[in-house]
Parts: sequence; structure tokens; C-alpha cells
Amino acid sequence: MTEQTSSAPPKAQAASGPADPPPSGRAHPSPTPLDIAARAAHRDAAPAGRDAASDDSERGAARPAAPKPAAPPAPAPGQAPPARGTAAPPAQTAPAAPGLAAPAARAKVTGAQALVLALERVGADVVFGIPGGAILPAYDPLLDSSRIRHILVRHEQGAGHAATGYAQATGRTGVCMATSGPGATNLVTPLADAYMDSVPLVAITGQVSTSLIGTDGFQEADISGITLPITKHNFLVTKPEDIARTVGEAFHLASTGRPGPVLVDVAKDAMQAMTEFSWPVPFDLPGYHPVTRPHSRQVREAARMITDARRPVLYVGGGVIKARAARELRELAELTGIPVITTLMARGAFPDSHPQHLGMPGMHGTVAAVGALQKADLIVALGARFDDRVTGKLDTFAPDAAIVHADIDPAEISKNRRADVPIVGDCKEVIADLIVAVRQEHEHGRKGDHGEWWAQLDQWRRKYPLGYDDPADGTLAPQYVIERIGAIAGPDTVYVAGVGQHQMWAAQFIGYEHPGTWINSGGLGTMGFAVPAAMGAKVGRPGTTVWAIDGDGCFQMTNQELATCAIEGIPVKVAIINNGSLGMVRQWQTLFYNERYSNTNLHAGEHAAPRIPDFVKLAEAYGCAGLRCSEKNDVDAVIGQAMEITDRPVVVDFIVHRDAMVWPMVAAGTGNDDIKYARGMAPDWGAGEE
Amino acid sequence: MSRHTLSVLVENKPGVLVRIAGLFSRRGFNIESLAVGPTEHQEISRMTIVVNCDQHPLEQVTKQLNKLINVLKIVELEPGSAVARELLLIKVRADTETRSKVLETVQLFRAKVVDVALDAVTVEATGSRDKLDALVRVLDPFGIKELVQSGMVAVGRGGRSITDRALRPIERSA
Repeated sequence: MTEQTSSAPPKAQAASGPADPPPSGRAHPSPTPLDIAARAAHRDAAPAGRDAASDDSERGAARPAAPKPAAPPAPAPGQAPPARGTAAPPAQTAPAAPGLAAPAARAKVTGAQALVLALERVGADVVFGIPGGAILPAYDPLLDSSRIRHILVRHEQGAGHAATGYAQATGRTGVCMATSGPGATNLVTPLADAYMDSVPLVAITGQVSTSLIGTDGFQEADISGITLPITKHNFLVTKPEDIARTVGEAFHLASTGRPGPVLVDVAKDAMQAMTEFSWPVPFDLPGYHPVTRPHSRQVREAARMITDARRPVLYVGGGVIKARAARELRELAELTGIPVITTLMARGAFPDSHPQHLGMPGMHGTVAAVGALQKADLIVALGARFDDRVTGKLDTFAPDAAIVHADIDPAEISKNRRADVPIVGDCKEVIADLIVAVRQEHEHGRKGDHGEWWAQLDQWRRKYPLGYDDPADGTLAPQYVIERIGAIAGPDTVYVAGVGQHQMWAAQFIGYEHPGTWINSGGLGTMGFAVPAAMGAKVGRPGTTVWAIDGDGCFQMTNQELATCAIEGIPVKVAIINNGSLGMVRQWQTLFYNERYSNTNLHAGEHAAPRIPDFVKLAEAYGCAGLRCSEKNDVDAVIGQAMEITDRPVVVDFIVHRDAMVWPMVAAGTGNDDIKYARGMAPDWGAGEE
Repeated sequence: MSRHTLSVLVENKPGVLVRIAGLFSRRGFNIESLAVGPTEHQEISRMTIVVNCDQHPLEQVTKQLNKLINVLKIVELEPGSAVARELLLIKVRADTETRSKVLETVQLFRAKVVDVALDAVTVEATGSRDKLDALVRVLDPFGIKELVQSGMVAVGRGGRSITDRALRPIERSA
């Protein structure tokens, strides 16, 4: 995994500082080398003491910027995954053996030990999971591992989202583990979620023994079949000798190219049988060659179009964060002076405080961002995929714009909107090359003039800023709560949202300055994402404050993981934006279903008891601090109180106005030109830019 | 809409067919014909897939296919520069009275009889889809008892092999 061997830590991680203390509340064994294999080897009188030194050094996932001494990220000779004609740089093709260059001794181990050893070797430091019959063999050696911290969650869905939160917060691959059958099927939602948001995730599931596969055995489910369409790839492993290699391949696939979830289903008997463990393992992935280097002619063409354009826009997607290209993006933006729009998945890729930032596009985007796309003559899409929530009705999306589309996944290019200049490549390299190419244009005296364009954009920004009204009945505005959390917790905090109104408000009213500080379920829209994902984010970045901004509907889907947080010492903060209803659905019922509120009232947000459930009592039952706030004047104090509690998780029940709505809004099925910045209020696009 | 023939080289591993077939159905494509078999390299299987769709969706599905980890290479075979064949086994009613007429038809199509019974003959024929359709039309009046047809297989004309380049990385990693 490139991430782990990279000597440059992600920006966000650097912010959390080298002094990240281990999470409190859990006695973590000192990092002595585990070496199941060494012990096993001792037993078997095989060569032991394999590579203890490098083992130790490789642990440091939590140690920022510690380049591994014995860890050139180069494969042993002859084991490089093949690079097809499209030359991929060594870093991409050779993450086979992070941290391990020492010659591999062969030791007799069980398949389960090989699994755990392989997880250690690929650099996994945290596994979220729950044991069960078929995965039991793996849990035994896991107990001995000093390098892998297993976090026992309360539901497999929590494990999956926690692994996603961990991955999104750190840039490393998240790992979750579950048993066969129901354990595995409970991972389906987080896998689908990670697939839609391109999150590097490895799921390890136990499978019934080979002889039982296909017999409808107890707790048997064809999880590789089930997850086929929602994983980047998956494996069913039935031979012990294939386990280590498959784990290595799974991490390689998950973390390179367009990242995504990979499932490894391991038959129980394969874990119980003996095998030899050696590392590094040669990959057997002849059909996998992600292209990361952009084509130079395409880049030059894009640069020419950028300097020619009168009304260009940089449309930035989550790929820029995945590629760790925020610095390059900023350089490109400032070099060209072009306005920047960051999608829901890219919030934080470009500082919200930057004058060139127009905000978020799409269904609940800013008028300026939506207008900029609609009126642009050039859209430069970087790691974005023209999702329907961004484009609105596709036929009417950005009718006058030429499209430069850069993405690492060739299948995204021209999928929804035809690209005039397609660029396949890693965003970091694409943007870096674009910078060089644009500079060359500038040197030849070709420089864009965007004066009129900016005048237009500034006018929209001035006229239609994001905003909200305080409810007339004196109840609390949900937007105010979220805005205050953002202001008090600041831009170095990690914010994790569920799905719905609160998610949109959190995307709108919190100022993001750094990549990796905004984590949400964008593509799949998974309610219940926030609590477990915040847990995972906090585990990945223990020194950073993590706020989950959740809704009362979402919170009731996965709050059992508060028990995990309390017991494992993961002090997340959860703000329940409690309007007592499925707010976004209710908003649509208000707007499109004649205010007929069918099954959206959850009754959790009543201003007087009984509240069902009472989130404060629920929090306390889980060993968390529980606070409640329903008055505007108390908001700052309660947030401050929550900020001060760092020894356990905090849940704050913010009782907010029920009828608040998310604006602006492009109604589903309509075009972006029909955006409303408030109910019944359409912006005047003006003839100014013509 | 037009017909396209894709030759897809895949790793010879369990479950690959499901991945490919699943991708087609998931993305809303109807596979008109599908044939899978081994190639001259035992670690590679070759699928010949015939689909009926427009150019843009075809590009999309090809890109999606390319993303499957087990897919090594995809080539679209143009009708003019490829040889395409299907295999047909057809059991035709043929008693003493009609048998000679049936056999005559079989010979005209350069097909052959592979099984004979008192009341029927089984005919094997290979050829393009048009030829096989014609054969079936002509045999139909005699009474078709059973008919089975393979998917199309196709290979590009000329001396070059599409497996050459796809194979190289496999050998290197082995």
C-alpha cells in the first residue's frame, strides 16, 4: 500500500501531530513483535526470527512520517505485478511488500495464522469485527497479535462503516472482519457504501468449510456472489496456501487505482489447515493495471482550453482527496485564477475560506456553484463523476460547456457527460502536469481573462449566499447548531455526517479547510453511517476531535456502537440534530406530497417527556455523557461542555425546529437552471455575463 | 442498434463467467450469444460475446468489463475482418420416405449426419448465423424434433494473435 509507505503523511494527519496519544481506556500491549510464525517456527524447529526488526518498524501506522527503515516499497525481484504497456510508476505497481525487504523465511503456520501475519505485513493496525463460527480460527491468532488492534463492534454494519471512517480519515485501507452467513451479509451495506464512495476497504469473512460450501450449511451465504456488484473485487479462498497472497492482493486492489472495497472470504478448513508462510508474496493479478500517468498530449490540450476559456470552472470531486492532491489543486487554482467547486465528496479538498471557492454544486449546492457550472464554457472535472445529484437533469446540464474530464477510472469518463478532452490518470499527477502545461501557456503569453466571469460569480455570491432563518416559534434552527459546532470545534476537527438534512447542512454550514476532515456517505446515502464511521475516524486519528453530526433517524440505526466507543476508549462526540422526524423525507413530503406526512414522524424530538427514546438516557446507558439543548442561548455552552469531555463519548441531543428545510434545492428530475434558493424563490441569473 | 462481437480474454478461474454475465445484466445489456472455452494457453479462457447495442453504451460496457480484475483483454471483432462460426445440432424427422430428401439438403449445406435412427437423423452444421438459419428453414418442413445451437465463436483474420500481448504479463508474474 502506497499510503503506508509514503514518507509524507497526509496533511490532515500531520495536523493531528506526532503526539497522538493512544486512545485511553484500553491497555494496549507494547509493540513487541508478535510472531506467531516465529513461535510456530520454534515449535517446528524451522528457521525462526524471520524479520523481527522490520516487523517492529512496520507497525507505525500511527506514527506519522516514519519511513520504514527496512522498507523500500519495492518488490522482491521477479515478483512485481506486471505493468502493461501503459507504464505505471513503480510506486503503483509495487506495494507488494510494505516494510518487508528481509528475505522471507518459510515457517509452518495454520491458514489462520497466515491470515493474521499477512494482515500485519500489509500494515493493518486496526481491524473492526465480530467473531463467529466460521471466522473463529482467525480470532485465535488475532489474540496474540501485538500489531493489530481488534475492535469488537456490536454489529457487523458498524464494523464496515468504522473501517470506512478509518480509511477516509487516514487515507489508509480500513479492515473489517465478520463470520459467515449473517455476519457477512451484515457487511453488505457498508461494502456497497464503500464501493459508491471509492473507499479502500478490505473485508475478511469466514466461510463454512469447503465440504459444506453449496450445501446450504449452517450460516452459509454465498457472500462473494452477493457482493459481486458492490466490491471492486472479491475472493473465495479455499486453500491455506492462497491466504497470504490473497490478503496481499486484496490490499493492493483496494488501495491502488480507483480505490474500493475488496472482500476476502476464507473457508474455515483453509484457516485450520497447515501451510507455509512467506512474505512478500508474488501477486497473481495479470489483468490489473491501473493507469496513473496522464497522457501528455491530452494534458496540453486541456491547458490550452483552460487558458482560452472565458468562463471556466474547476469541478472537483472526491478523487482529488483520494489522490492527496489538495496542494496541487490549490496551486493550479491560484495559477489559473479559475473558480473552484467542491462536490459533497470533495469538501475540504480546497479551503472554504479561499476567495476562489464557490462552494458545493448540485441538488443542495450554492447558487454561485450551480450557476457557474450552468453558465460555464469550460468545465474541468477532476476526480468527479457527473453524478445525477450534481448535474440535475442531464440534458440541461451546463449546455455551453466543453468538458475536460480527468479520472483514474476510464469508465467514468464520458459515462454521463461526453468529455471533449478525456484524461485518464491519478489526479495528483494530472494536476501536477496541468500546472506545468498551463505555465507553458502563460509563458507564451496566453493567459485567460476571467474578469467578467468573476464579476458575474461575485454578484451571485453576494446576492444568494447560503443562509437560513431562525424559526418564528422560537425553537432552535438546526443550521445554527451545526454552524456553531463548526465554529467552536474549528477546521482541524473531523466531521462525520449521517444522511439527510443534517448532512447537507453540515456540508453547507461548516467551513472545511483540510482534506479528510469531512466524512460522509455520498453515493449510497447510508443512514446510520455517522456513529460507526466517526468511531473509525477517531481510531485512525486519536489525537483529533471527531464530531458526528447525526440525525435522530440515522442515530437510531447504528447507535449500538456507542457501547464499542465507550468500552474501547474512543471518545467521539455525537450531535443529534433531533427534529423528531425523517427530516429530508419530510421536506419532500412538504414540497411534493402536499404536506402529507406519511410515516416520517419518529417522535424522538418532543419538547417534553416522554421522548422515545430519550437520547440522554440512552447515552448514559451506554457509558457516554449525555447532554441536551433546545435553546439558542445555550448552544455555545453545551458545545463547549461537550468539547471539554474527552474521557468518554458524548452525545448531545439538540432539539431543533421540525420544519427547517435544506436550501438551495434543485428538485429531483428538474434541471439545475431551476434551482430555488428558498421555497418558491428562483435566482435571477441576470444577463450580465453575456 | 447494431450487433457487435467482443472477444474477451479472461483468467481461467472459477466465477469469472458470473462476473461477466452479471456485469452485462447489471448495466442493462442483453447478451445475444455467449461462448466460453479454453485457449491455447491453459490459464486463459476466451469468451465470444455478441451484443446488440449502440456504440456509446458498447464503449461503456467495454470499459466496465476492462475493470474486472479477471479480464485480460477485450477486442471487438469487425465482421469484415473476422471469421465467425456457430455450431448447430438438429434432429430432423426422417422416415424411409423423406430420408433421401433430408440427406440431400444436408449435403447442399455441407452439413453432416452424425446420428441416424429409424425415424430421424441428427445433423451437425457449422457456419455463420445466416447459413444456419437457412438450413433450419429448409429442414423445418420435414419436422424438427430437437434443435441445439452453440454461441458464436470468432477469430480475427490474418496471422496475428490477440492472446500474444495478453499473455506476456501472465508469464512474467508466474
